[in-house]
Amino acid sequence: MKIIIGGGGKFGLTLVRKLIDEGHDITLIDNDRTVLEEAVNKYDIMAVQGNCAAMPVLREADVENAELLIASMGLDEANLLCCMTAHALNKNLHTIARIRNPEYNEQVYHMRDAFALSMTINPERQMAVEIERLLRYPGFLHRDSFAKDRVEIVEIKVEPGSVLCDCSILNINSISKDKVLVCAVLREGVALIPDGSFIFKEGDRLFVTAPTSNLASLLKNLGIIKKKTKKVMICGGSRSSYYLAQRLEKSNLNVTIIEKDREKCNYLAGLLPKATIINGDATNLSLLESEGLESCDAVIAMTGLDEMNIIISLYGNKCGTSQVITKIAHIENIQLLSSLPLGSVVDPKEMCSSIIVRYVRAMKNKTEAAVSVHRIADGQVEAEEFIIDGTAKHIGKSLKNVRLKKNVLIVCINRKSHLIIPDGNSFYEEGDTVIVVTDSTHKINKFNDIFEG
Amino acid sequence: MIEAVLMVQALIIAIATGDKKGVIGFLTGIGAAVFVSAVIGLMCRNARQIMYAKDGFVCVGLSWIAMSLIGCIPFVVSGAIPSFVDALFETVSGFTTTGSSILNDIESLSKGILYWRSFTHWVGGMGVLVFLLALSSSKENAGFTMHLLRAESPGPDVGKLVPHIKETAKILYYIYIGLTVLCILFLLAGGMPLFDSVCTSFGTAGTGGFGIKNDSIAGYSPYLQNVVTVFMLLFGVNFSCYYLIILKQIKAVFKDEELRAYLGIVICATLAIAWNIRGLYSSIGETLRYSAFQVVTIITTTGFATTDFDLWPSFSKAILYSLMFLGACAGSTGGGLKVGRLLILVKSFRRNVRQVLNPNHVQTIQNNGKRIDDKIVLNTQAYFAAYILIIFVSYMIVSLDNFSIATNFSAVVACFNNIGPGFEGVGPTCNFAHYSILSKIVLIVDMLAGRLEIFPILILLSKNTWKRK
Repeated sequence: MKIIIGGGGKFGLTLVRKLIDEGHDITLIDNDRTVLEEAVNKYDIMAVQGNCAAMPVLREADVENAELLIASMGLDEANLLCCMTAHALNKNLHTIARIRNPEYNEQVYHMRDAFALSMTINPERQMAVEIERLLRYPGFLHRDSFAKDRVEIVEIKVEPGSVLCDCSILNINSISKDKVLVCAVLREGVALIPDGSFIFKEGDRLFVTAPTSNLASLLKNLGIIKKKTKKVMICGGSRSSYYLAQRLEKSNLNVTIIEKDREKCNYLAGLLPKATIINGDATNLSLLESEGLESCDAVIAMTGLDEMNIIISLYGNKCGTSQVITKIAHIENIQLLSSLPLGSVVDPKEMCSSIIVRYVRAMKNKTEAAVSVHRIADGQVEAEEFIIDGTAKHIGKSLKNVRLKKNVLIVCINRKSHLIIPDGNSFYEEGDTVIVVTDSTHKINKFNDIFEG
Repeated sequence: MIEAVLMVQALIIAIATGDKKGVIGFLTGIGAAVFVSAVIGLMCRNARQIMYAKDGFVCVGLSWIAMSLIGCIPFVVSGAIPSFVDALFETVSGFTTTGSSILNDIESLSKGILYWRSFTHWVGGMGVLVFLLALSSSKENAGFTMHLLRAESPGPDVGKLVPHIKETAKILYYIYIGLTVLCILFLLAGGMPLFDSVCTSFGTAGTGGFGIKNDSIAGYSPYLQNVVTVFMLLFGVNFSCYYLIILKQIKAVFKDEELRAYLGIVICATLAIAWNIRGLYSSIGETLRYSAFQVVTIITTTGFATTDFDLWPSFSKAILYSLMFLGACAGSTGGGLKVGRLLILVKSFRRNVRQVLNPNHVQTIQNNGKRIDDKIVLNTQAYFAAYILIIFVSYMIVSLDNFSIATNFSAVVACFNNIGPGFEGVGPTCNFAHYSILSKIVLIVDMLAGRLEIFPILILLSKNTWKRK
């Protein structure tokens, strides 16, 4: 599929990398020649230099024959103009614009019609939503939800002295009491799809499929009870901090935001009357202490600098804060950091590019494509949700009689109103949705790709 | 470390040589190719996978050298050219689409050898590695393949036609094959025997210039000569123009500054020479035909001949001399300095003159209405400097052989620009056989440097390239 990406910033380049992996024809437009040269040397793409919102530039990028345009330049207004211009040149073009300014939040739906957008994305807001979900169940490092939020894949770290230490995978159901399924394990930075003989070790990170309604009891039974979050400290007053604080206020949490810039503090104080806004440097540890870091249930390090976030999180962890969330936006190799106790690591561009990849897959393969795609285990494992239609193979057969490709697991079957965590005797029917987990050795574009042969 | 680079080459050699059968020479050649590729394959097993800009250049440089070494085996073993250096000269001349020969009597060679000679032109014309790119399907190393394309394709700035490099390479080769087939068909229609027309087409397509007759193209009918003229002209055009034609953007093609300049130069030179040599031939038509053929053969750096232009008046010779330097369009199979570079040089020259008059005048250099990056302008100027320097150094060395100035100088220019025949001692009716071994080696290096646009070969000679990090 021919895809044009406008703007070669961090987000644009993440998209380039992901979409190239999917085998699409990418044209990147940017004003900066050095950015383009670097991209061309690294990826197999075409580059066009110029203003992405100008007609001649778009024509040079062959917008007439493209199928999708993603505008991810720094300015929201430029992105809108770019999508509108491109749509004028090609009526069948799908357009996705990145809109980040909170002030436009309300009019997003309106703008979709006016500027002919197929979708808008807001990485900061997306991240706020994600963090809020994490805060609801402290103890899970990540949560990915499927089947209209009824089932989730959650990440659990095996702490020293946990009941899970040296426990065989076969015994997990007796410990958790409810039926759950471990679909992937991250051990020393490598993702493994476990088989029946697998034994958990200290330091493993487990990816567990469980119904959303059982999450609380799962935490209790695994002995990772943590008290409910009431007080949250957010370091850094960016746009995403605003989105997050706004959501947290709605659920009556006590929010403190620490921001260095006076102007930003004033702006946030105006928008968030209930929150405590502190003007100061979040790396100043005595400041954190005096603002009551130790009494906080959660620390969220989301300043603009990854290094600073890491330091804040390490400190939060040392002070015994029960939940630590770290934003990492620049560092490419997240595995490097896996040995540090950073709690949950969130990356806004990663989340949004997953959403776009899903959109692109759905465009390419309208009927059989996954309804949702999530990358888990530092991006090494992919979880996809499919709807079973008449074309699926092996409908109604017991799973033990079906040969799946190596390192592919069916981790959940969702039938009408009830969820099935499958075992060998389970089967799927037409109309079900199933969740499939696979490592990066396979590319699963449609459901039937999971079978051997 | 560099060994990894050679991995690609293993395949190429197999392709390049695997094409011929029959003669023992070819069998030996194939054997050697297989052997070398196996050795390289073994050596590369443990090498690293990621390749950078340097590796791209080194890979291209080494591949071409290795290809030439193996390519000359058939000549030596079959006994057609017993001396190794002579055979190497002939092969390099083929792969680099020069068309300079050390053979006195071409017609005495076997057909297999003749075919191989012409075929090296065709292979060398587009570039072997580009061909590999079209076949390979690796998704990794995407950037590296771009370096390969850059190192092997002629012209100041290399762009892709479509986002995927594989598709770009495929399109280029489809155009190339398509035009070659067309050329063969036209020649057949003019009554040329099949073998002759295939070989001539290969020579034309690669803008090489190996003929299979002692008198090159002169023995064929005027129609055939005209066909060859037209096709030489076509192969000298930037191939992306053809892609635009396929996309039905014909207007854009004719707006292309380089193409306009190229056609303009050809027409002016033809008319000027025709005026200068009036009276030498019986009719205006014939005069025009000869002058057009010679102009096109030189500017596209092909090197076929229909007449001995050494006998023409000196004004005509002067024009041909300048055309030798000029060469064809960027992105074509021709050699030389390239019209595109000339345009950039002239424009930057004009800019500097203006700069002297109005020191604060801000100007950008544009091509087809787009600004050319200063980096490219600088590259072009550096290229030009290297170009002149190499010509003079080679000229000095070749002069040791004590032939006339015109002979030596035109020999270097003809080899370096991949043309073929020069003037006087190396003119269209003579050849390079009488040069000493040293001179031949210098000319071989010149040909390779000219075909690969200097830098890949210069890089091989640089000490930094071979340092381990």
